[in-house]
Amino acid sequence: MADGPLLRVEQLSTHFDTRAGLVRAVDGVSFHVDAGETLGLVGESGCGKSVLSRTIMGLLPSYARVPDQSRILFNGTDLLTLGRRQRRAISGPGLAMVFQDPMTSLNPVLRIGEQISESMRFHFGTPRAEGRRKAISLLGDVGIPQPEVRVDQYPHQMSGGMRQRVAIAIALACEPKLLIADEPTTALDVTVQAGILELLKDAQRRRGMAMILITHDLGVVAGRADRVAVMYAGRIVETAPVRELFARTRMRYTQALLDSIPRLDAPPHTRLNAIAGRPPSLIDPPAGCRFAPRCAAAQERCRVEVPDLSADSGCAAHSFACWFPRGLEAAA
Amino acid sequence: MNAPLLRVRDMVMEFPVGRGTVHAVSGVSFDLARGETLALVGESGCGKSTTARAVMQLPPPTGGSVELNGVDLTRQRGSSLRSLRRQFQMIFQNPISSLNPRKRVAEIVAKPLAVAGIGTPASRRERVAEVLDTVGLDPAIAMDKRPHEFSGGQCQRISIARALVLEPDLLICDEPVSALDVSIQAQILNLLEDMKTRFDLTMLFISHDLAVVRNVADRVAVMYLGRFCEVGRSELLYARPAHPYTRALLSAIPVPDPTVTPRPVELVEGDLPSPLAPPSGCRFRTRCPLASERCAREVPELRDLPDGRAVACHFPLVEH
Repeated sequence: MADGPLLRVEQLSTHFDTRAGLVRAVDGVSFHVDAGETLGLVGESGCGKSVLSRTIMGLLPSYARVPDQSRILFNGTDLLTLGRRQRRAISGPGLAMVFQDPMTSLNPVLRIGEQISESMRFHFGTPRAEGRRKAISLLGDVGIPQPEVRVDQYPHQMSGGMRQRVAIAIALACEPKLLIADEPTTALDVTVQAGILELLKDAQRRRGMAMILITHDLGVVAGRADRVAVMYAGRIVETAPVRELFARTRMRYTQALLDSIPRLDAPPHTRLNAIAGRPPSLIDPPAGCRFAPRCAAAQERCRVEVPDLSADSGCAAHSFACWFPRGLEAAA
Repeated sequence: MNAPLLRVRDMVMEFPVGRGTVHAVSGVSFDLARGETLALVGESGCGKSTTARAVMQLPPPTGGSVELNGVDLTRQRGSSLRSLRRQFQMIFQNPISSLNPRKRVAEIVAKPLAVAGIGTPASRRERVAEVLDTVGLDPAIAMDKRPHEFSGGQCQRISIARALVLEPDLLICDEPVSALDVSIQAQILNLLEDMKTRFDLTMLFISHDLAVVRNVADRVAVMYLGRFCEVGRSELLYARPAHPYTRALLSAIPVPDPTVTPRPVELVEGDLPSPLAPPSGCRFRTRCPLASERCAREVPELRDLPDGRAVACHFPLVEH
């Protein structure tokens, strides 16, 4: 095994050639995930977080383009240089993914036991009987009652929360080193959400698996991630260990996201701090800081010069891309 | 005291399916005072959307009464119901699929006026421009576009404009922000709050998100499997939940603070039981950590607590 982090993404871009123009969905993103840790990836719809995860998983449509300087180093191997077969050999035992919508991510005409054991058969040549036995034990692991009955059922016989548990069992089947969970609880009830997040955390702890938890809800990452990366308009704009991020939020976009969450301790009818406007076009993004048009603190420089992601003077693990960061006004 | 704007009594909604009956709503009663916002909260499948639709008479409930301004809507049919619809309008969860993709925004928002036979095409267009402006869309740009040219948040603004163009008394919002990002959610919640003041609205607000409800509601009704568990002023309910289910819902809200370790939800593991065959006695008992043998035998009636709220539990968490 190579030294360094489990996953290192360098200067990754994903572009889509559309009739309207070139959409830069992911635009020069760099980050890493260490073995066994959880990285929370946060941003609004359309910020590129799902395209980013699909790029890592190799699930892009044929018209997507990943420019040459991009690197996705998994255990030291650049996934972007691999052919289809080599890549397929890595996903499963290496990388696995759980999608947002458990209604559409499962195959409706295949018994769930089949869906769980399929990847074990493919990667390890696990015989059917053993695959079924492992599927039953995995269903038990993910908290499904009566796994020996459920294993022969179809997805439509289960509730949304149960289906998401099945999707997690499928992802865990080959004991991946890294699990990408793309909004795994957005389609579920809050009561179910807590259970699913707990299950992911537990699976991760027991297997020493790393996880990228993608969500638009900072409340979800607060209790579940080790580090957080905030994405805006195709770029990472702030990244820090979770406590550091919440204690010393530098980037104004991160703060705006936090402020827009309705608070339980505020009285009814309190006016919420909405972020004005909406995310910019990824075809023709604004020059300078991409958040500047919606930022209350934006100044002339923000509209002209692009702020790079650079480390906080007080905390090397905390980086942000802002010319006038919060709490450091005097320095600017 | 003024008569309530909306008075719902013993509303029942049942759907026949194959061999059985889905008991979607089983005897729900509530009042809505003029200018008040009542939130209906619960998990998917608890009957909150069905309740909202039954109030809208989409379709009418299979039992009970829904009085709006003293008129029982369930007894109205055809044109008389249609003319009463001016008083109550609805916005839906999915802002994109609730708008006709082939129509232009001007037509979509003018439709309720046209159905109600109000004004001429020209005067309707003027009115549409006014309403679009009120909900924060530039009429000059928006009027002649189609829904796909707008984002989710903007589509929800169009839906709100369509619901408000008739200046209804009652606005029913069915999960209006569930499909939106937090940042956009805040914009729409602020807009609804503004509209409430401006149009003097009374609102029935359906949501599964207790944090959102805390912001918009004066009173909250927690629903489980077709019945109310607890109804009361929002401050009381959040500070000291009386029903174990309310407490479970509150404990499930993720706290945006990394120093707080997420607690397990105070709920017995398992899914919502089937509304085809709801549990005997208290419907929540199969997931309630406090359930006893009495809960299986006796249906707990909704009864008033001294602090003004009502709870349907044999063993409420608040002294009485």
